[in-house]
Amino acid sequence: MSEPLHYLPATELARRVRARELSALELLRATLDRIGAADPHLGAFLHVDADGAERQAAAVDQALARRDDPGPLAGVPIALKDVIVTGGVPTTAGSRILAGWVPPASYSATVVERLRAAGAVLVGKLNLDEFAMGSSNENSAFHPVRNPWDLERVPGGSSGGAAAAVAAGLCAGALGTDTGGSIRQPAALCGVVGLKPTYGRVPRYGVVAFASSLDQVGPLARTVGDAALLFEAIAGFDPRDSTSIQEPAPRLADALTRGARGLRIGRPRELELPGVDLEVTAAVDAALDVLTHLGATVTDVSLPHAAYWLPAYYLVAPAEASSNLARYDGVRYGMRAGPPEQSLNDMYARTRGAGFGAEVKRRIMLGTFALRSGYYDAYYRKAQQVRALIARDHERAFAEVDLIATPTSPTPAFRLGEKTQDPVTMYLTDVFTMGAPLAGLPAISVPCGFTPEGLPVGLQLTARALDEATLLRAAAAYEQATDHGLRHPPEQNLAGEGRA
Amino acid sequence: MTGRWQPVIGLEVHVQLATRSKAFSGAPAGFGAPPNSQCDPVVLALPGSLPVFNRGALELALRLGLACGSRIRQVSRFARKHYFYPDLPKGYQISQYDEPLCDGGTIEVELGGSTRSVQLRRIHLEEDAGKNLHQPGGRASHVDLNRAGVPLIEVVSEPDLFSAEEAAEYMRVLRQLCRWLDLSGGDMEKGQLRCDANVSLRAVGSTELGTRAELKNINSFKFVHHAIEHEIARQARILDQGGTVVQETRLWDSVAGVSHSMRSKEEAMDYRYFPDPDLPPLAVGDDVIERVRASLPELPAARRARWRGELGLSDDDARHLASDRAVADRFDAALAAHGGGAAAAKPIANWILGEKDAAQSTVAPAHVAELVRLVETGTISGQTGKDVWAEMAATGEAPTAIVERRGLTQVRDEGALEAACAEAIAAHPTEAASFRAGKPALIGFFVGQVMKRTGGRADPKLVNQILRRLLSTDGASR
Repeated sequence: MSEPLHYLPATELARRVRARELSALELLRATLDRIGAADPHLGAFLHVDADGAERQAAAVDQALARRDDPGPLAGVPIALKDVIVTGGVPTTAGSRILAGWVPPASYSATVVERLRAAGAVLVGKLNLDEFAMGSSNENSAFHPVRNPWDLERVPGGSSGGAAAAVAAGLCAGALGTDTGGSIRQPAALCGVVGLKPTYGRVPRYGVVAFASSLDQVGPLARTVGDAALLFEAIAGFDPRDSTSIQEPAPRLADALTRGARGLRIGRPRELELPGVDLEVTAAVDAALDVLTHLGATVTDVSLPHAAYWLPAYYLVAPAEASSNLARYDGVRYGMRAGPPEQSLNDMYARTRGAGFGAEVKRRIMLGTFALRSGYYDAYYRKAQQVRALIARDHERAFAEVDLIATPTSPTPAFRLGEKTQDPVTMYLTDVFTMGAPLAGLPAISVPCGFTPEGLPVGLQLTARALDEATLLRAAAAYEQATDHGLRHPPEQNLAGEGRA
Repeated sequence: MTGRWQPVIGLEVHVQLATRSKAFSGAPAGFGAPPNSQCDPVVLALPGSLPVFNRGALELALRLGLACGSRIRQVSRFARKHYFYPDLPKGYQISQYDEPLCDGGTIEVELGGSTRSVQLRRIHLEEDAGKNLHQPGGRASHVDLNRAGVPLIEVVSEPDLFSAEEAAEYMRVLRQLCRWLDLSGGDMEKGQLRCDANVSLRAVGSTELGTRAELKNINSFKFVHHAIEHEIARQARILDQGGTVVQETRLWDSVAGVSHSMRSKEEAMDYRYFPDPDLPPLAVGDDVIERVRASLPELPAARRARWRGELGLSDDDARHLASDRAVADRFDAALAAHGGGAAAAKPIANWILGEKDAAQSTVAPAHVAELVRLVETGTISGQTGKDVWAEMAATGEAPTAIVERRGLTQVRDEGALEAACAEAIAAHPTEAASFRAGKPALIGFFVGQVMKRTGGRADPKLVNQILRRLLSTDGASR
């Protein structure tokens, strides 16, 4: 292959390392060089753990020297959205309130333990919207992330650092989290694959909570095969997460080669919305034509309650967030506003006032309001009832089709600052992605072309609960039939002096 | 003072469950460990930590629910109760709100010779908070999270108690039940049992409830009665003067023996309850309920009734034996080992209740039975039995072995006893004459003399008979 090392798929890197054609340490050095050169332009990383990564890479090489199996991700450089707790390595959730917090060495997320056990080399922590709240990464308390395809544009959010880093070859793959679209939307805006698994498929233990009934960890990768490889490594029951599903991790190799023949794909009438960029619609239509050529059928389906996705989401998610973020009180860890404290309440107010950013405060206030005594029935409970209707809509649709197709995002990447003044306009960028988490379903965003300006567009597919295999099957068939995945962001964006 | 007013009291009692680990994590739930040594990421509420419910706590809660005849919900739910305080690491307590584990139930309270079923509203599961420790002088406060996350049940009564005495008795019965069922040490001083009281007054004859005050921080058993009595008097004073009671939460100060207003109804907290999305609904299958039900020991009231009815024990004896499960179990085990049924019940009860600390006794029930049999058959006297008991308690040796080793077997050989009696009479001619002259009480003196001569081993009944015969025949022959 003529691809430089940093754009090789994770599957290929793991093969080379396992075959000892490439040492894990060599691969790590190349990765750190790439991060050093390109990240100043992007601001994707909040922390690069060169020492920890070197120890893991050395361990992989030693295991291979002993002829031990270092695992399916042997030596593959992976980075983590900074809501994923890494023992001994700073974890900030993109917030000032956790700046400088280093989790105890013995406390890491289950997904971190699983990646290490699979031989992955964890190179660092990725930038994000504070506490995963946002759609542009502009809510990071530290610095925004720039889209590698156009540095004046956002990478999407909240897993913006993950999408940008994967797209620009700063790591072979990344883990993000998705609550209302936070994996899929930035994947679409940066031209990479992003998979949100079925709720309960991937353990949440050690993942900083935003909205517990919606949050799910998933991979961002440059190929569908890489996403499958990462997903297999992190999925499966975990007794430390009571919402974890008692199902074995899926085996996906078969799904990736089965083709799209016979798949029934539905387009929801209710989601043919005004305000969707014409170039996005065109790219999605073309992608469905490709899938039709591959033997899939495309029909209309109905999701009658689609108009309620956004209001339901903006009750459930802030309500749970207001509760989950109560622990950041300055007492045990993280930031505490300096003395003199007038009282305990003064300490709380000043710590949380200074520690949280505007969007986080907005959602805490929304959620606190929604859970007030006497309002619970009208807001949170009602929203949960609407979720049941949304889940039923999907069930009915899946009686007719295997997959539901929409654009991932109504627009390609927008300009930095373009939507920061109007939260509701920002919220609307997730209009297609909130259905899957509200119904607990798996969904994927796969690159499906470019606008004339060269900005990537994403196709979103949603499947039945636990049916990630069909998502990956369709996505892989589509990917093999097109060449969108071969395009990379303009290298001149990533060269020279950094400005991020 | 309260003549015009009837007090109405409802109690909310928190009981710490004696599980090895905490309610929602594997951290140990030990008492008295160095501060903050019983913690893990869940207890500390580190970002990303998640609760996993300890089913051991469910089992203990079910025991009390079933013992009280509560309805057990097959699906109950954990809810988050929010407030900010340094001893509450997550900023919310995991509790149960509108779908508690147990609804209803009763606790039997006996007062002044009559029994009443006090109605329960609910029993629900929750987790404990940690402790704030304030340094004297107010320079600094420290937080100890060892207690944070320890499982609790909250037992909520209906406003169905009508005097401070009744409330105190209810607490005693509840504590006994918790100990009986092995769910808690029930020690108020250690905080294993904590009580909040809702107290209101209404005009005698009225059926409507008056405005209530909630009394918090009643942290010692002896204060339950005192604090409630004090609150009743406070409210009666207000009402007697034509005033109105303010709905509020008051803090009991046990040192000063008074209560202070903590917050009014207007300042009441909004806890923003909602179902905890980290925990699925708590499902309790019939199989679990039936298994726990089958494992329940016979309850104190049932046992007292059985002892009175089948064994003819007095109410007092039955009550004392049932005051502690260990004592009650020892009694039943001794009775079974004896095999003698009702006739043996009273002597067994006497031996067991005769001990200073019957619950901590080291005497095996089988040994109690054996001792009773030795006395029954006349092998040893009752007096000797007391010595044997002391030795049994000290060494754990079987009574038969003690009797044999020390040669304590009662002398029942009439010939030998007659000789000893004759000697005693001969040695005390004055007393013998007095007896014959009409002082029958002196028989005791002679029995004592014979016991002395036989090292206490003589059968006192037989000695008594022989002495009477000898003293009368001797006198007649002269």
